[in-house]
Amino acid sequence: MMASSYSAKEEDGHHSGSAGLGGTAIRTRKPDNTAFKQQRLPAWQPILTAGTVLPAFFIIGLIFIPIGIGLFVTSNNIKEFEIDYTGTDMSSPCFNCSQSFSWNSTTPCRCVLFFSLDQPFESNVFMYYGLSNFYQNHRRYVKSRDDSQLNGDERSLKEPSKECEPYRTNENKPIAPCGAIANSMFNDTLDLFYIDPNGTQTQIPFIKKGIAWWTDKHVKFRNPSSSNPNLTAVFIDTAKPVNWRKPVYELDTDPENNGFINEDFIVWMRTAALPTFRKLYRIIQKKNNMTPTLPRGNYSLEVTYNYPVRSFEGRKRMILSTISWMGGKNPFLGIAYITVGSICFFLGVVLLFIHHKYGNRNNSSDIPN
Amino acid sequence: MTWTNPLTLLRHGWTRHWNPDRPVRTVVSNLPFEDLKKREQPNRRYEGNAIRTNKYRLWSFIPMNLFEQFHRMANIYFVGLAILNFVPVVNAFQPEVALIPICIILALTAVKDGWEDFRRYQTDQQLNNTPCFIFSRKQMCFVERRWKDVRVGDFVRVLSNEIIPADILLLHTSDPNGVCHMETANLDGETSLKQRKVVPGFSSLVRVLPITKYLERPDKRRTGFGIDSLLLRGCMVRNTDDAAGIVVYAGHETKSMLNNSGPRYKRSKIERKMNTDVLFCVVLLFFMCLIGALGHAIWLETFSSMPSYIVPDSNGNYTPSVLAGFYMFFTMIILLQVMIPVSLYVSIELVKMGQIFFITQDVELYDEELDRRVQCRALNITEDLGQIQYVFSDKTGTLTENKMVFRRCSVMGTEYCHEENAARLAVISGANEEEEVTIYQQTKLPPLFPLEELQDVHTGDKNHANTQVTAASRRRSKVAAEAQSDMAFSSPLETVVVPDRKLILEVDRQMASIQTGPYLDFFLALAICNTVLVSSVTAQRQRVRVNVADLAGAERVGDVLRALTHSTKTCGLGKVFTSMKFFKRGGETLADPFSIDEDESDGFHSSDVSDAAGQKVISSERKVKSGLSGSEEVCYEAHSPDEAALIHAAKAYGFTMMERTPHYVTVKLPDEALLKFEVLDILTFDSTRRRMSIIVRHPHTKEIIMYTKGADSAIMERLGNVFSGDKIKCVEQWCGWKAVCFSLKVISEQEFRAWSAVRQEALSAIEEKEERLMETANFIESSFTLLGATGIEDRLQESVPETIQALRRAGMQVWVLTGDKPETAINIAYSCKLLEHEDLVFTFSTSRKVLQCQLTNASVPEQSLISFTGPLMEPSIGLVIDGPTLSMAMSDELVELFVELCKHCRAVLCCRVTPLQKSAVVKLIRQKLRVMTLAVGDGANDVNMIQAADVGIGVSGQEGMQAVMASDFAITRFKHLQRLLLVHGHWCYSRLANMVIYFFYKNVAYVNLLFWYQFFCGFSATAMIDYWLMIFFNLFFTSAPPIMFGIMEKEVSDSTLLSLPELYKRGQHSEGYRRSTFWIAILDAFYQSLVCFFIPYWTYNGSDIGIFAFGTPMNTVSLFTIILHLAIEIKSWVSLYTPLHHCTITPVLVYFIVTLAYSAICISCNPPSDPYWIMHKQMADPMFYLVCILTTVVALLPSYYNKFILCVCIYIYIYIYIYIYIYMTLEHKSSLKSLGYICSNSQKYIVWVKIIDFSFMPKIIRILSKDHVP
Repeated sequence: MMASSYSAKEEDGHHSGSAGLGGTAIRTRKPDNTAFKQQRLPAWQPILTAGTVLPAFFIIGLIFIPIGIGLFVTSNNIKEFEIDYTGTDMSSPCFNCSQSFSWNSTTPCRCVLFFSLDQPFESNVFMYYGLSNFYQNHRRYVKSRDDSQLNGDERSLKEPSKECEPYRTNENKPIAPCGAIANSMFNDTLDLFYIDPNGTQTQIPFIKKGIAWWTDKHVKFRNPSSSNPNLTAVFIDTAKPVNWRKPVYELDTDPENNGFINEDFIVWMRTAALPTFRKLYRIIQKKNNMTPTLPRGNYSLEVTYNYPVRSFEGRKRMILSTISWMGGKNPFLGIAYITVGSICFFLGVVLLFIHHKYGNRNNSSDIPN
Repeated sequence: MTWTNPLTLLRHGWTRHWNPDRPVRTVVSNLPFEDLKKREQPNRRYEGNAIRTNKYRLWSFIPMNLFEQFHRMANIYFVGLAILNFVPVVNAFQPEVALIPICIILALTAVKDGWEDFRRYQTDQQLNNTPCFIFSRKQMCFVERRWKDVRVGDFVRVLSNEIIPADILLLHTSDPNGVCHMETANLDGETSLKQRKVVPGFSSLVRVLPITKYLERPDKRRTGFGIDSLLLRGCMVRNTDDAAGIVVYAGHETKSMLNNSGPRYKRSKIERKMNTDVLFCVVLLFFMCLIGALGHAIWLETFSSMPSYIVPDSNGNYTPSVLAGFYMFFTMIILLQVMIPVSLYVSIELVKMGQIFFITQDVELYDEELDRRVQCRALNITEDLGQIQYVFSDKTGTLTENKMVFRRCSVMGTEYCHEENAARLAVISGANEEEEVTIYQQTKLPPLFPLEELQDVHTGDKNHANTQVTAASRRRSKVAAEAQSDMAFSSPLETVVVPDRKLILEVDRQMASIQTGPYLDFFLALAICNTVLVSSVTAQRQRVRVNVADLAGAERVGDVLRALTHSTKTCGLGKVFTSMKFFKRGGETLADPFSIDEDESDGFHSSDVSDAAGQKVISSERKVKSGLSGSEEVCYEAHSPDEAALIHAAKAYGFTMMERTPHYVTVKLPDEALLKFEVLDILTFDSTRRRMSIIVRHPHTKEIIMYTKGADSAIMERLGNVFSGDKIKCVEQWCGWKAVCFSLKVISEQEFRAWSAVRQEALSAIEEKEERLMETANFIESSFTLLGATGIEDRLQESVPETIQALRRAGMQVWVLTGDKPETAINIAYSCKLLEHEDLVFTFSTSRKVLQCQLTNASVPEQSLISFTGPLMEPSIGLVIDGPTLSMAMSDELVELFVELCKHCRAVLCCRVTPLQKSAVVKLIRQKLRVMTLAVGDGANDVNMIQAADVGIGVSGQEGMQAVMASDFAITRFKHLQRLLLVHGHWCYSRLANMVIYFFYKNVAYVNLLFWYQFFCGFSATAMIDYWLMIFFNLFFTSAPPIMFGIMEKEVSDSTLLSLPELYKRGQHSEGYRRSTFWIAILDAFYQSLVCFFIPYWTYNGSDIGIFAFGTPMNTVSLFTIILHLAIEIKSWVSLYTPLHHCTITPVLVYFIVTLAYSAICISCNPPSDPYWIMHKQMADPMFYLVCILTTVVALLPSYYNKFILCVCIYIYIYIYIYIYIYMTLEHKSSLKSLGYICSNSQKYIVWVKIIDFSFMPKIIRILSKDHVP
């Protein structure tokens, strides 16, 4: 209604003729003269000029360079130590273990590697195992799991999803946990010993809880019928994954870390994005402020070598790392920020130069009317 | 593409089966069978009159719409992909989810189609429910029914000014001569009245006789029996109180429906181009999939034994690597399918709907007079408006008003210029048409309806109905008042003629002295030598809209009518009205000037019966009150505008034709004396003779006089005594105006009798009737005495020269194709600035051989001209070619040469061309030069041309709707073309082009993220982004902004576009959307996807990040990039989609909200992907933000920088460019001012940068290199 009376007024102003059409409200097909319909809405036209673009370049440069420096410094302060224990080399202590591998060998193969840390690791140290050339992101591998089984669903426990094939049933019993991901779970055991200068070895205490996401441990992963503390009974009618040595309810003695909510298992189940990845294994907690968590000196890594990687030319590593707000050590982001910031700044300077050189010519132009 | 309902085809096949193709059609009257059931009706096999142009029915909507949608390759492709998802070896994650996008797309399109179809259904219903009168045997009278109830074999009565419901064989009219007039404007656009005669032998209304008629089966060339007795559906009965006849063709079999090919689907240029680009995308996709497949096979080959992460099939067997690679190809297709933008097609349709909405809403394109907006009839070629290179225009009615103005006359060798008339014309065209408007007001009916008079009419039997009748007729009167302005050929231009002072003195002198003389004869000829009918105001033609017929009112009127029919039965109807009229007239104080005879009932009483006589009284009263030129006003029904102009000119000099009956013509002389001529014969106008004659007996002298009028050539060659050489000369000087010569011949009694006998014989002849009639006419029409000549001008429409100039400046070639003679066309061409006086004009109207020489010769100086005028000056060559020459020029051997010549011509005028030639020319240019063509016309003769062109524009003005029906866009004035093309065309083009490019860019940028990932997952077609989020990304997060962009973006403001028509060239040369633009966009997409993938990759490489945690920043980053890329593209942020609002913030907000909600809820809902808590985890990590910021900046830096660099480059040159522009090419100070305004703006170069948008860059450089720098 508003619109029509408005347009009627307009009409009066311009065409006195139509107003004389009897004065009654004859409906015309005249479009409403509103800003929206006439496409006259106020518009802001951003203009790319030296005045608006140059500051943008400078601002980007000025913000990015400090960020980059900050990131770079932080990354550099992170201490990281990495040791490859695959044992492909003849000289490697794990060579023998790596040669005679089988998923189902009953006698565990052990090997010990010695290394030394040049610098003490202050604060909490995170211990990772790293795998290379392991395509946890393969399409069919990623699919091969049953989330509802892992979430404690009774029916899925008895009858796992089709996606788990061929790791769905074993000897007519449903596999728990089913699927290729679970089946290929990393099963090396790593132990770390500090070798005193006098030669005595002290095992470094690990914390194995708290390495998985809180939500995974408490929401996503659940044992079936969690009211029943007897996991053996719960998993009675299920088979263990083919490659596993022990069933899922024997992963740990701690009932809070056993069955599907075993944190090593949860960590493994969160499939890695890239073929070279690390997964958190243990945390070495800082004891007190006086002594570093891992003082400099010699250490020995005792590996129970179970996990075969030779078929895909994979590598296995043990990584010790401290952690900052930006996670693990990664100099890339800092360098990238510094580079981009510098480029922007440089471009800004160049453009400023061009603008000054040629911009003035324009000011004197005067169009005669 | 014409769409045929498969059901209709089926039905046709079926009927054909039962009704074998017989060349005759038997129609039996329905009356004897009225009580029978439908199955037993004799005419049951013929179609009913109900029409249905909608495609779908309720029950068949879904299957049929789907069937139709699958005509689109893209839809088949997407459905094929969705089905591919269900193939097990392909290893799709969730096949059901893959169906969602295509279902949404199909549903959206279906809703749109359904809505359009529903609107068609509504108009059909409206038409089907229009009331009409059908004879009912039971009630022994015509009863009111709806159009849809009409069947073949029914007797139907049509009243004056009513639209004919079906093709009717005329059996009765109220006219004593058995004639019915019909206006076929709705059908073929011709406004002239067509005469239809009652079938011989049915002079009175046949009551209940079963009639069998033989007619040919309906097809497009309907000939034979009945053509001059057929009233065609959609036409309007004129000047005849009522007509009745038997329905022979109904519904879809009627001529109008057969001619109506339904809505048209054209594919626009952009769409055609886009389809090839879609193919490019398919090829690209194919290569990417191939890389994936090969990569996977090779990757598998590297393993000596199968690692634990390669999952065997359910039997524990591993697929051989080659086969796995083969399967992987299809998996890849599914993964990367988004490469082909599934939502592009539906987005384009949505955008076009939005664009059409804004075009039709444009108040500048609204015509106040006709109350009409611009109509968009073709829904999918809006952007073609922005790419037109050739404009083909009709002349009469398109460039000109088709309103004839009496410009000058020449009597006895003396020329009378009528300068006042000319001056008045100038005033009208100049001063905002105020004068015209006031005159309209005067002719309008008084708003208050005198009730008392009405009641007088209805005393007696219909008192109870009074109030309703009053209400109904008041409504009608309003309609009539509205329609007054639409009266054909009675605009003030034609009606108001200011007499020339010299001439009027001369006339007065002769009048006073001798009572005869050439001057008087001249004006008598003007007054009577025509076929103009006199009518009352209410009976005048109105542009009746279909919905005018008010149902309630019509019912009431029907009651009255039925009563009247009962009492009078047949021909007495007219008498009743006459008597009522007499009764009324008695009460009037002002005497009506004309005498009323019994036998004049046809001419005068051609009134609208449904107006229930009341209005007639008022109108006669009004006549006296609002007399314009001093004396009483008579309304003329002219067949053509020039006749109207002439008779009004005669009236201005006091020679008023008061009435015309078949036997008499009464003329009032300046001294108020009435002369009543007896009409002995009328030799009607035809196109071969190009003249008409009327043979009358002078009431005083009893001489038999033949007045003849005709085209100058048609008269001059048959003059008896060649005494007036100077006359001829002066007529030839008027080549611009339509010259009509008048002549007189006195025939002796014997001569006439002898001729009359021959004539009668010819009339009754059966064989070679036409030839013999022609012969007799030619015999008598000879050795005239020339009385004088008149010059009539068809006034140009408002701002036609400006429009043409603007179109020219916009780089369009304007051609005029007209049926008129070259002289008229050239004159119009000069006056509308199509040709300039300094132009070199070639006129071709010669025989074949000469033409060839001319063509070759003409193109030689052409080359030299170009060389010396230089690139800045267009060679000004005009080409005028007439129809016969044109057909020669278009013959095979000359056509190349002709086209080559036309390319260099500034203007081409084709005269005396037939409608078919018009379309042939359009087709020729379109095909030979591969240009976008636009045809604009208003009449039926332009239909072919309109349909042949890429864009057809109908002008709905003076002539009917035929052109509009065939057109893609309908405007009311030629000047609207300027805004339609330069503003809306430009906008639509740039909007759509940008949007399409953006869509390609967007999808490629997104899909490539997935592709790069394949290099790090063994080419196993893993997606690191959750499948649902991928779908949402395309359907919701990133689709609304480009659609808004496509509808609302304003690259340049309309005022700039109008003041600088040159900007249009951008669209003409397809600079908004080229192959290079496409590839640059694809390259940009590749770059951006590389950045979006590899910055996160290097950041997270070697860390403990999970697949979907890795995908989250990529997804986010590409959303930012894609949205901000659009933000860079947008040139004007309309407040509706302000930057910080709809376009960027909303999608980003929606993205975060949806993703957060999804990753909080979805614990194990979407099995393969694992979104739970990932987004929250990521958003708690500062690295996520750092990655997002860096990636976005790096991804967008080049395009941003690029834009700016171009800015910088261009503004160095801009000043020089402006300078050249103003001094070299601008012609008008006004445009200079608008430029000056832009330039004096402090940000001058910025404005220019936006306008020019870098596409002018090469041109500027070219200009600069030519040393034009001042």
